[in-house]
Amino acid sequence: MTAARVVGLHVLVLALLFAAQFVVSDYDQLTLTRMMVLAVYAVGYNLLFGYAGLLSLGHALFFGAGLYGAGLAAYHFEAGVPLAFVAGLAASLLVSLLIGLIALRTRGVSFMIVTMMFAQAGFLALLYFSRWTGGDQGLPLPAAARSFTVAGLTIDLADAGTRYNVAVALLAVAIGIGLLVVMRPGGRVLVAIRENEERTRMLGYDVFAHKLKAFVISGGLSGAAGAAYGLMFAYIGATFASIQYSIEVLLFTLLGGAGTLLGPVLGTILMFYLIDKASEVTSAYLLVVGFVLVGLILWFPKGILGTVRDRWARWLP
Amino acid sequence: MRRHASLDFGPFLFLATLEGLVQAAVLTLTALGLSLVFGVMRVVNVAHGEFFMLGAVLAWWVSSLVAGSPALGFLLALVASPLVVGAIALASERLILRRLNYHPESTIVATIGLLYIIQQTTLILYGPDARSVEAPFYFRVEFPDFGYSGYKLVVIAASALLLLGTWFVMRRTRLGLVMRATQYDSETAQAFGIPVGRVYAQVFALGAMLAAVAAVLVVPIQQAHYLMGLDPLLLSFIVVIIGGLGSLGGTVLAAVLIGLSDGILSVFFSPTLAKIVSTLLVALVLVFRPEGLFGKRAR
Repeated sequence: MTAARVVGLHVLVLALLFAAQFVVSDYDQLTLTRMMVLAVYAVGYNLLFGYAGLLSLGHALFFGAGLYGAGLAAYHFEAGVPLAFVAGLAASLLVSLLIGLIALRTRGVSFMIVTMMFAQAGFLALLYFSRWTGGDQGLPLPAAARSFTVAGLTIDLADAGTRYNVAVALLAVAIGIGLLVVMRPGGRVLVAIRENEERTRMLGYDVFAHKLKAFVISGGLSGAAGAAYGLMFAYIGATFASIQYSIEVLLFTLLGGAGTLLGPVLGTILMFYLIDKASEVTSAYLLVVGFVLVGLILWFPKGILGTVRDRWARWLP
Repeated sequence: MRRHASLDFGPFLFLATLEGLVQAAVLTLTALGLSLVFGVMRVVNVAHGEFFMLGAVLAWWVSSLVAGSPALGFLLALVASPLVVGAIALASERLILRRLNYHPESTIVATIGLLYIIQQTTLILYGPDARSVEAPFYFRVEFPDFGYSGYKLVVIAASALLLLGTWFVMRRTRLGLVMRATQYDSETAQAFGIPVGRVYAQVFALGAMLAAVAAVLVVPIQQAHYLMGLDPLLLSFIVVIIGGLGSLGGTVLAAVLIGLSDGILSVFFSPTLAKIVSTLLVALVLVFRPEGLFGKRAR
């Protein structure tokens, strides 16, 4: 019963997002496309932060690994879209496995700072090797790297409508993976680790293995989002791996509700909209980020869907 | 070896060391503030770099009010800027950190928010330009092979003096005793009648003021800009972690080491490469030797 209700809700949300393309303006369609790709990033981030309770301040590293894995393959080796995407995904999985093995030896505040430092080292490396990465300036991807054929069907990412539907599909896959992780026993173990790590270990669970798995899945989803972002909008740049991108994804997740599957999606849409509106008014639009972060942590730590779940809908995953 | 191709290796190394010492001096003060706050309050203040930036921007503002006499303007800034920054830190401690009950992870998120609030407000009020403050005096110290800015040497001396001052306060005054007691065991300190809440507020303000003083000293060398806070923040993190979280002696030692090596590496190789090396080093130290290279094992 609950499972049917949960799946139904998520399908409904995705159907609404799919239907939105027939009513919104061209500009809003582009914005929604960006929001959905970033929502994939937030869904991945939330698996680690919301469920396993591990607050990373360096997820831009995995987003950046996906972005650059895909972008460099397309730019330097003229890989097609599917191959480039796989390269990005592989790069982010590899990087998150490596960083996870090291960083998960720490906890709490140390974990936050270690992830932030690794991400910063990655960002600086992108600047240092700017001859290949384009550094701050970034690299535009060639038009040929944006169109591909699957089973006789040509998919051109330069086309706004196609791009939108690819984003919906990607978000659907991400939410599906999220549901699979969270609803199964392994997901319960993650929540148990978040609530009481020692007790979970005492009950006989391999805490490190579960955390590492969550870390790699989370990094992989972030990397998939990064790869898609680069290929869809035909641009890669070191800015996407900067500290700001690590913090924004935390903000998206906190706003929507950490530890709820749809929270990050809602948070991304709301916050992106807020930042977009603020940037029309002032160049100091990141002021919004500051106030929302402080406001959330002071008065609204569970976020929107976290509060909804507490009050009205206990069944929300 | 790009800038002084005419110099031989020996004098060049000497020049690089001097540059490194200036770096180290400023870094020591900044990192000491961060270390103090972490040591006593167990709060990682991500907005620490913004207090540094505020110190520099306020120094520009104060000295621009005093036209005609750079020395007077600078001295005024040296007093006024840290006081204003301390007041802002005090307010944010009362309004934000105390309400979070100093919870370690919540305060990190909150200070990230504070970082953006301070930085972006500065962008609105001060603008995106980099502005310099005139040095209070000009003289060159002539070494056998090159001349060197006398002001930079004074920065080193002033930092050393301030460092001694901080040491004196921590070790020889009642205020310092109370702070150390709170750091050692806040509950017992409270039981002995130490107003722990007020100590926290003082420590947070003092930490921010140390960053602000460092910034005032540096602003005649480096321009004031609203984004200048990130570098000192990351370097301070590196120093505090390598020196051992909460250990003041280790912090000073690490700051000199990192400042020197960063200064020297930046002159000989690339500043970015130097930063990559130290950032990776610090992540590994935190994982494999969490008490820092010079710190003691946790109690």
